[in-house]
Amino acid sequence: MKRYFKKIVRKNEFYVLLTIVVLSLVIGALDQSGSFFSIGNAIDMMRSMTTTVIFALAAMIIIITGGIDVSFPAVAAFAMYTTTKILSDSHYEGPVWIAFVMSAGIGLLLGLFNAAVISFFKLPAFIATLGTQSIYFSVVTTFVGSKQITNMNLPIGITNYSKEYLVSIKQGDVLFTLPSAILFTVVITIIVFVLLRYTMLGRGIYALGGDRIAAQRAGFNVRRIEFFAFGFVGLISGIAGIIHTTLMRNSFPYDLSGREMLVIAAVVLGGTRITGGYGTVTGTILGVLLVTIVNNNLILLGIPSEWQTFVTGLLIIIGTGITAYQNLKMRRKVQILAEK
Amino acid sequence: MSNNPKNATAQPRVGRALSPNKIDNNLIRLLVILVIVTVVMSLLNKEFFTLETFSSMGFSFPEFGIMAIATMLAMLSGGIDLSLVGIANLAGILAGLVFTKMMPAETANPIGYMLLAIVVALAVGALAGLMNGFNIAKIGIPPILATLGAQQVFIGLAKGITGGPAVFGFPEAFTNLGINSLLGIPIPLIVFALFVVIFYIALNKTTYGLKLYLMGTNPRASAFAGIKNESVIIKTYMFCGIMAAISGLIIMARSNSAKADYGMSYTLQVILIAVLGGVNPSGGFGKISGVVLAVLILQFLSTGFTMLQFPSTARGFIWGAVLLLTMIANFLLNSYGEKKRIKKQIELNN
Repeated sequence: MKRYFKKIVRKNEFYVLLTIVVLSLVIGALDQSGSFFSIGNAIDMMRSMTTTVIFALAAMIIIITGGIDVSFPAVAAFAMYTTTKILSDSHYEGPVWIAFVMSAGIGLLLGLFNAAVISFFKLPAFIATLGTQSIYFSVVTTFVGSKQITNMNLPIGITNYSKEYLVSIKQGDVLFTLPSAILFTVVITIIVFVLLRYTMLGRGIYALGGDRIAAQRAGFNVRRIEFFAFGFVGLISGIAGIIHTTLMRNSFPYDLSGREMLVIAAVVLGGTRITGGYGTVTGTILGVLLVTIVNNNLILLGIPSEWQTFVTGLLIIIGTGITAYQNLKMRRKVQILAEK
Repeated sequence: MSNNPKNATAQPRVGRALSPNKIDNNLIRLLVILVIVTVVMSLLNKEFFTLETFSSMGFSFPEFGIMAIATMLAMLSGGIDLSLVGIANLAGILAGLVFTKMMPAETANPIGYMLLAIVVALAVGALAGLMNGFNIAKIGIPPILATLGAQQVFIGLAKGITGGPAVFGFPEAFTNLGINSLLGIPIPLIVFALFVVIFYIALNKTTYGLKLYLMGTNPRASAFAGIKNESVIIKTYMFCGIMAAISGLIIMARSNSAKADYGMSYTLQVILIAVLGGVNPSGGFGKISGVVLAVLILQFLSTGFTMLQFPSTARGFIWGAVLLLTMIANFLLNSYGEKKRIKKQIELNN
């Protein structure tokens, strides 16, 4: 029991959870209206976590392989907008799953393009995806369109799906609803968890991030892992994009741009090491929860929404600073021991 | 960016970077591209190859040209600075507040306030750079994350201070600096040229430059050679911050306003310029002449496409494609050169 407890305390997730609990208690104590600890607020936060968790898992997978992908919002926007545009222009009236398949397929293709550029020419993932996101975004706004597709013009399947709720609770006059799209998030989370933990491919992703050459020597097909990782990330980004449309009941390519900062912040806060080779699904979800609590409830603390960007930035720096400093200290200790 | 930068691309060779007399292939390549772009654009528009066009370009590229030099410095150190645009906007806004909040409406002599505004901007830049350098060197945060977070912090501060809208309405004596020429040369261009000269000297003739190249090539070796890596990193990011602040001043003088989210696309553009100019993102290799040529190429392309009435959304495609193609070309040329070198070595050994 004691050993088990010690093991938990040493884990990064424990500290994130602790921060979340303390922060919640502080916000709950300072919040006069009592709206923080309410079912309505919980549903609201789950609603805004629906897509963020998928994006965070996507970002995490690439960071584990040792790179940083900043193109996933552009991939999602491209997949989402192209799908809704094609379906609404063709007055499609069939079931919604077609939209999901199309968006996921487009996302997969864009992800594979990322993989090809990065893997064949050995480009640093960060700079390469900075380039591809600019291309994707430009192509969708120039050639597909940049006008908002509103609720009235969305395919009937998507509109109907957006009204399917898992939970709906009336509090006073306000109706809080949890769309069933969150089931996608749950399923994707489980898939990523199993993939990373129990499959050879998943272990390969960690191995690649830990040491590329060692992974190759150990017999992993590095190129295949890279293609899988970027392709899979593109696919789930595409799904997240179409979920975004069903949540917002409109489709607008500019909606998702800039999301990468918040998502990367969440992933890093969740303990994923930016140098690759380490990161957990649990940690990432806790990271998203932390960022969502901060972002959704700043107003309850009396902090105006203009300061939201500032707080996100501070979160990134403090969150990464703590782990980076611990690593630095550890390295110095090892050095001193070696010199002795 | 790859986290083990030394594995990402072919090893940069310090010898080449440190011999200023030898004109390398990259420079020739860039010159050829510049000439081709100029010729093509001149053929496509009659107005391209005119003094007015060139003069207007001289007003518009210094603001990101200076940031490109800063990006180059950060990349030489083996890092990257993604917070330049944030620093520029924050410095611009705080300097702007000196005019709008401190200066009385009818001042006969705004020179004192101008100097104060400039000092404020430079101080903001230096402090911001110090923060980045400290976070990277002393705390050990990877440069990408440290500056990505810092970008949010600076833009967030700018947004929080202003509440969102732009700060505008500066004295004429100040805005004249952004729109007037001296002896026919746009003043922003003179500032840019000044920075090119300063950093040419700093990189090629001072110990700072030597240390920076060495550290960027191999931080462990430079540490063993007695170089204080931490102090070189902090200095470098402070230079980056100060240059970003100067860009911020140019932007506010030219547009008579300062805004929290101005020029967000510059972040990609300046990285593109540095990479196009032959700077190795893994550190230690790159020349200021390459960056200057890359700035010109990008501005010529941009002006040319605007004249051809390309939709503004299409520009992102061109920047992204140029960035990827340059890096792919560099990779192919490097691996070709490497193969040739190995072949030669084998022949020599036989």
